[in-house]
Amino acid sequence: MSTTRETSAPATNRVGLTVKDYGGLKSTLCVGCGHDVITRQITQAFFDMGTPPYKVAKLSGIGCSSKTTAYFADRGHGFNAVHGRMPAVATGAMLANHSLLAIGVSGDGDTASIGAGQFVHLLRRNVPMIYIVENNGVYGLTKGQFSATADLGSKLKTGVVNDLPAIDLCALAIELGCGYVARSFSGDMKQLLALIKGAIAHRGTALLDVISPCVTFNNHEDSTKSYKWAKDHEIPIQEIGFIPFFDEIYVEYDPGTTQDVQLHDGSHIRLKKLRADYDPTDKNAAFGLLREATEKQEFLTGLIYVQPTKKDFLSLLDLPAQPLTTLPLERVRPGREALSQMMEELK
Amino acid sequence: MSVVLEEKAPAEPGAGPRTIVNDFSIHVATANGSGSMSSNNILMRAIFQMGIPVSGKNLFPSNIQGLPTWFTIRASKDGFIARRRDVDVLICMNPETVHEDVKAAPPGAAVIFEESLNLQSSRNDLHLYPIPFQKLVLELVQDGKLRRLAVNMIYVGVAAWLLDIDMEEIDRALVKQFKGKAKAVEINRAAIAGGYEWAAQNRRKTDPFRLERMNKTAGKIIIDGNAAAAIGCAMAGVQVLAWYPITPSSSLAEAFIDYCRRFRRDENGSPTYAIVQAEDELAAAGMALGAGWAGARAMTTTSGPGISLMSEFVGLGYYAEVPAVIVDVQRVGPSTGLPTRTMQGDILSTYFLSHGDAKHILLIPGSVEECYHLAMEAFDLAERFQTPVFLMSDLDLGMNNWMADPFPYPEKGIDRGKVIRTEAELKDHIRRFQEFARYKDVDGDGIPYRTLPGEIDNLAAAYFTRGSGHTERATYSEKPEDYERNMERLARKFETARRSVPRPVIETGSGSRIGLIAYGSSDFAVQEARHLLSRKGKPVDYLRLRALPLTDDVPAFLAAHDRVYVIDQNRDGQMYDILRLESGADVSKLRSIRHYDGFPLDAETVVEGIEAAEMN
Repeated sequence: MSTTRETSAPATNRVGLTVKDYGGLKSTLCVGCGHDVITRQITQAFFDMGTPPYKVAKLSGIGCSSKTTAYFADRGHGFNAVHGRMPAVATGAMLANHSLLAIGVSGDGDTASIGAGQFVHLLRRNVPMIYIVENNGVYGLTKGQFSATADLGSKLKTGVVNDLPAIDLCALAIELGCGYVARSFSGDMKQLLALIKGAIAHRGTALLDVISPCVTFNNHEDSTKSYKWAKDHEIPIQEIGFIPFFDEIYVEYDPGTTQDVQLHDGSHIRLKKLRADYDPTDKNAAFGLLREATEKQEFLTGLIYVQPTKKDFLSLLDLPAQPLTTLPLERVRPGREALSQMMEELK
Repeated sequence: MSVVLEEKAPAEPGAGPRTIVNDFSIHVATANGSGSMSSNNILMRAIFQMGIPVSGKNLFPSNIQGLPTWFTIRASKDGFIARRRDVDVLICMNPETVHEDVKAAPPGAAVIFEESLNLQSSRNDLHLYPIPFQKLVLELVQDGKLRRLAVNMIYVGVAAWLLDIDMEEIDRALVKQFKGKAKAVEINRAAIAGGYEWAAQNRRKTDPFRLERMNKTAGKIIIDGNAAAAIGCAMAGVQVLAWYPITPSSSLAEAFIDYCRRFRRDENGSPTYAIVQAEDELAAAGMALGAGWAGARAMTTTSGPGISLMSEFVGLGYYAEVPAVIVDVQRVGPSTGLPTRTMQGDILSTYFLSHGDAKHILLIPGSVEECYHLAMEAFDLAERFQTPVFLMSDLDLGMNNWMADPFPYPEKGIDRGKVIRTEAELKDHIRRFQEFARYKDVDGDGIPYRTLPGEIDNLAAAYFTRGSGHTERATYSEKPEDYERNMERLARKFETARRSVPRPVIETGSGSRIGLIAYGSSDFAVQEARHLLSRKGKPVDYLRLRALPLTDDVPAFLAAHDRVYVIDQNRDGQMYDILRLESGADVSKLRSIRHYDGFPLDAETVVEGIEAAEMN
């Protein structure tokens, strides 16, 4: 099976579904919106991985990005929650049924401003889910106010200059122990697809901070989140290959130039280094890279940090193999002797 | 010393050799964090074990150590266990407040205090028992570090002597309190015995208060409402609890954790539940809703400020129709102020909580038994009506100790509501109704069917949930007719709920044209008030609400009486307002009695309120 988009996709994947079976409603976003490109890569990634779509739980908050969960995997349930609070809903859903594959799509306002608190605690807990930030530096649905990821000195169409530093979501995620942290660009479809597949294969929170230009409010000349700016400035740190767990692994690669990381489900991510000696399993190196990028105003993309063996939140809770939702009454209601004992202790 | 006391003969009129048996209250004044809770529990439990109806209330400050705190124990042969205004026996262990405590004691009270404070001459209308606590503790407790705590056990011994508490029962209570830990039992036992013996040898009893064995507590339990609700939740099969610590609800979550650890494990020892201490109440509510959406019995527990933070999520839960149970152990308002005092403070705001049109099902327990039963019921209602349901307890009920009969094992199963969980059920549903539409009322009761994420591999089972703007098939819509139709169905669902919530407890037949309506923890004081009014030849009927929305019992009760007094433990008469809005009857009959000083309601307040109004 091919895992690239250059060749035409096969009619069906390993679970016998077509790519259309992973689709959803037609997008109602602006024509040319970067978010729609990301939606297509999510759709393709689930198809390529053969993920059962009914197992996908789609979660979102409020904003343009948060609408996009309706545009893919409509065989799965979706929950459009309240602004900035999608992480809590996702956490609850995963506690209830750990057999779900949760994907949250959020925006920079939804994540870095109103949702900063929940985002931080989601990462700290390492709740197993894919968390995609469609980051354009502005509030789209309320017509173009700056968000907390807007770059210092960036200018709105109205001439307003952002004089506060941006929150670097990737640095925040690494600090909080996230085991899969990537930055990408909606215009770099190949890289994005591989990173989403890697996120599907990872167990734990997988954060993808994807620069996704707002064609309506933040795509002008002075913007540092415009399509042109991102295209001109993107510096991939790796060329990313992905080998799913169900494909035969090819062993030959040059460890001097390529790094192989095995993910939770047995898939491999192959990173051909474009930046000398950068090791994404080294936390300090990751911090250094991000700090340097901010200082130099570089737009670095790729898998910035990966630590695939960290225990996720549900494992820490030692939940039974069967999802909690499926436990029948007799397994969740203490017996008569138990209640008698409780009462006896209170006499 | 006993000579001095003899000279101070009781000043109460008619006081003489008369005794008051099993009908008085003990007030223990200590400093917060001084470890007096164990002593107070032992006293209360020993009285309980003597067969005497008893209740214990902790009137405490928002503080860990140092500020004054009072514990009141009421023994009542007639079984009245509400707070009493007056103090009969005062144990003053807090040097900071002792002068004020003694000054405020009603004439005729018995007062135990530290001898070196020389209060003997401060009042001549009290029965004063100076005890050299500080001296005694030096003799009785060798370990200097333990003296601060053990001094409180000395007053247990003194009180046992003064009030004739059976020392065997004291000892049983002591062993239970320290869970049989030999060293702790031994040290405290010596302190209690030392206090008893010193008082017996050096003091002579002059006050009338005595305890005598009865047989009114056999087989009963002592429990606080939070633990009772926690047991109800555990028995209801709760699978997900997300919570954020807030007084007075934290002990509910903690009791739930404790019971679950012991009684909610599967054959492999894995927990059959998940508990998360969330980062705040917003997250706690979101987790409960996420879990409820995914099919778990899910809950959170909080108090007023937490309810405020949960408001937005509750609105989403109402519109997206997601089950969850929110326990609100109510207290006085904001976090700075009187957060450790009781209030029925959130009734009105919770009933209408959130934005847009929203109304919720509230269950209001009036006893620890109802904390247990209504906690279970809350989950059935939440799942049947696919909506957040509130269990409205309060600090008095939740954190204080109450007697109760042991809770019966739930004989019925649980109601998981209209949920389609298999391909076969889905096919059957589609055969009956042509399609599965998440928000379509196919049964005429306003309650649609739902599926759960990740359970049925069929496009027809999946839906995308969101707030108000959706069609019956859960697709996005801002069309006026779609919105209206949905709102009307939600209203219809609420009317179905009105017929399904627990009915009020109604006690009529007094022949009176006057009725009382109360709810929640007010019941204890109202029961006593009715008894007092009956003794004065003024009996009143009574309706105790156990839920909102109001059932049709309420207009019937209003129609049957000339004047109906609504008892609220809040300044603005919150339930009075709801009754005026929604009882659908002649609301000019309604009168309001309000108690709002932070302490639990007492019977006298109710009696005085009614008598004052009836005189006009």
